[in-house]
Amino acid sequence: MTDLLELDAVSRRFGGLLAVDNVSFRLKGEGITALVGPNGAGKTTCFNLIAGALPPTQGTIRFGGEIISGLPAEDICRLGIGRTFQVVRPMRDMTVVENVMIGAFSWTRKVSEARDAAREALDMVGLGPKAEAAISRLTLPDRKMLETAKALSTRPRLLLLDEVMAGLRPPEAAAVVAVLRRLAERGLSILLVEHVMRIVMEAAEHVIVLHHGAKIAEGTPRYIVSHPEVVAGYLGEGFRA
Amino acid sequence: MQKKRDALPDRGAVLGCLAAFAVLAMLGGVLNPYLISLLTIVFLFTFIGQSWSIMLGLGGQLSIGHALFVGIGAYSVAVLNIRYGLSPWFGLVVGMALAAIVGATLAWLSFRFEVRGIYFALLTIAAAEFARVVFSGWEFVGAMQGLFFPAQSGPNSFWMLRGDARFYYYVSLAAVLLGVSATALIRRSFLGYVWRAMRDDEDASRALGVRTFLHKILVVSFSGAWAAIGGGLLALVQGSVFPDSIMGMGISVDILVGPIVGGLGTAFGPLIGTLITLPLDHLASAIGNRFGIPGLNNVGYGLALIAAVWLLPDGIWPAIVNSVKSITGFSWFGNLQRGMSRSD
Amino acid sequence: MLTLWGNVLASGILMGLVYGIIALGLTIIFGVIRIVNFAHGAMVVFGLYVGYCAGAWWGIPTIVAAVSAGALLFVFGYGLETSVVKRFVTRPHHIQFILFIGISLVLSGAQLITFGPDPRPSVSHLSFETIALGPIRLDLARLQAATVAAVMILALAAFLKYSTFGRFIRAAADNRLGGLMVGLPIPKIYAMTFGIGAACAGVAGALISPLFDAQPFLAVDFTLLAFVTVIVGGLGSFVGALVGGLTIGLTEAVAALLFAPSLKSALSYGLLMIVLIVRPRGFFGAKET
Repeated sequence: MTDLLELDAVSRRFGGLLAVDNVSFRLKGEGITALVGPNGAGKTTCFNLIAGALPPTQGTIRFGGEIISGLPAEDICRLGIGRTFQVVRPMRDMTVVENVMIGAFSWTRKVSEARDAAREALDMVGLGPKAEAAISRLTLPDRKMLETAKALSTRPRLLLLDEVMAGLRPPEAAAVVAVLRRLAERGLSILLVEHVMRIVMEAAEHVIVLHHGAKIAEGTPRYIVSHPEVVAGYLGEGFRA
Repeated sequence: MQKKRDALPDRGAVLGCLAAFAVLAMLGGVLNPYLISLLTIVFLFTFIGQSWSIMLGLGGQLSIGHALFVGIGAYSVAVLNIRYGLSPWFGLVVGMALAAIVGATLAWLSFRFEVRGIYFALLTIAAAEFARVVFSGWEFVGAMQGLFFPAQSGPNSFWMLRGDARFYYYVSLAAVLLGVSATALIRRSFLGYVWRAMRDDEDASRALGVRTFLHKILVVSFSGAWAAIGGGLLALVQGSVFPDSIMGMGISVDILVGPIVGGLGTAFGPLIGTLITLPLDHLASAIGNRFGIPGLNNVGYGLALIAAVWLLPDGIWPAIVNSVKSITGFSWFGNLQRGMSRSD
Repeated sequence: MLTLWGNVLASGILMGLVYGIIALGLTIIFGVIRIVNFAHGAMVVFGLYVGYCAGAWWGIPTIVAAVSAGALLFVFGYGLETSVVKRFVTRPHHIQFILFIGISLVLSGAQLITFGPDPRPSVSHLSFETIALGPIRLDLARLQAATVAAVMILALAAFLKYSTFGRFIRAAADNRLGGLMVGLPIPKIYAMTFGIGAACAGVAGALISPLFDAQPFLAVDFTLLAFVTVIVGGLGSFVGALVGGLTIGLTEAVAALLFAPSLKSALSYGLLMIVLIVRPRGFFGAKET
């Protein structure tokens, strides 16, 4: 069976800076995978490469067997990859549900269908009651979930979540993890960038570690927390799983 | 049911709208000739202003050179009718098509090369001025001397779009009604949503699958075609076309004042705004002349514009709707767009 | 033939320097405040009227008129920025546009009220004299305008490069947020910059008053001219404004020679469109934030 996502020797250079350095990995298409690493490790750049916001300088990216590297962001979205942004970007002038409807217009032209799909997506992330609210009324956890709902309404096969739990307090983060679990159970593949290792241990089945743009380890959470390079470069000796 | 809600505007809005237009239509039967012709121009500028308002208010593209499209429409009607005797309807269709092509080309070139924001606006000025200068020297379209429609004789003819002042009053009023309906329908359609998302955050909307490159070209092209129809009608009403008047910066500025003052991107904003600003300009002019002080109208009008954008950043119409909402607790006209005053 | 071309090019270069100072005013305002002064042409016309008054009513030499116009417009610009313009700096472009249209109308209206709509021909004793430079004849009025313009441009350049406040202005243009963080007096810088920009327009207007009849309706033409010049050279760049000015001065001179005079601006606008599409920053311009 073809892998869902395959990065093959992918690099991205910005002038003198090699932000992503010869990274290769495959996602089989099940459950939640985490992409971790210190700040500046190249995680968000990786996301941007996969989602088509940037083209890779070298290497290929395949989705469902087909090459997507070099395609524009909107085409990649229509092929089935949804993404959120690290800095939340709602559309100011529109209500919550209207924001989420935009994604649905990538597969339908009918406003009513889009609205129904949007409400479904909002229910899935727990924002159902706030559907008609204005953006200004949303709390930070709400905005993060709004971002996720927007991506969900595009009916993705793979969801890229960029630091969706940054800035959330532990109970809020736990709620998000519950949402992600539910989504994963419905068959959605999730790749998330995350800092907080405790969450990674709870949420992810598979972890990829980046450091200075290169992949230094890959495996189950248990495996990578005892991996010497990961401990040395990122976690530190004091980390307890 | 949800489905109905999306397809039709609120019943109150539709009734109110039709009532307003009925009143305006009745006025057409009783007003004196001066007011008839003033209102006709108000309606035509409103109609063109609506097209401009869609391009910025929904599509997020600022044009300060809309005279380009107005001129294309005006000249298409004028040349085909005056030189070849063809019905202005034909001229309107040709004008629309030409304007759509010119708009699409301009948009394609700009966005292909990442010309955005204020630079795009400056490009529209350059294109309009370039066209104006070229038309000024082009014999086929009359160069600086312009083209004149033959004097109206005989009965009003809908087929040839020729008639007296009252005839054009009703034609223009119908155009505005068409424009209001079209704006409302577009806002409610998937284009309305997608265009507003594109306007608010292009990168985020691309990540959601919006083909922004195509849509930006579409909105410019569509707006241009719409403006060209207005231009064609304007030519008929004025009875003549000159490059400096129909393709000059004056037109570009005049048509955008109404929508901004009235309420950008809304269905009624351009009408309310133009209905206030255009007669205001004329009134100021009349007062100035009456007292022998030329230029007073410029000062007054200028101050009024400054006051309008200072005090009512979203425009008059949204301010009215919001105060009606806070006074009566009644939300007329559904979700009115807000927030265009904040920085892009 | 060569003489003809020589005269045309010389004339173009001289006008180019004046266009340069007009453009300089516009570009400084954009470079620092990031706002497009659509009332720039009306300010040039103000200077034009000052020059007219100086020549026709009081017999004052153009140079003095230029300095006074500059001073007057500096004060006007400074005051305008602190009272009105600064509130619009973060507003969207179309709102800023209406603001400046309003300001332009008020200025034109005031000019109409004071002087009436008829063109006021200027009465400079230099109006028709020429001087010979080898085979080329230079029109003295143009030469004077260009020379004074050149001097003022150098003075402004020196100010920006060497004086403390000049360095503040350049810093603010480079990085507003960073400037705020290190304590640059941004409000004062903005006000000064707008004042300087307006002053440039006024000086230019007074300098060319021997060459143009003063009328209020010229405001739009001058604004457009300023734009074409600034964009071709590069919005936000000092050198760009000068290069743009010279380019447009030469383009117009050549176009007037080759094509019908009425079409000469077509070449400028055509060039503008090409520049905007191919390299919107112009030759030297800053990237839009």
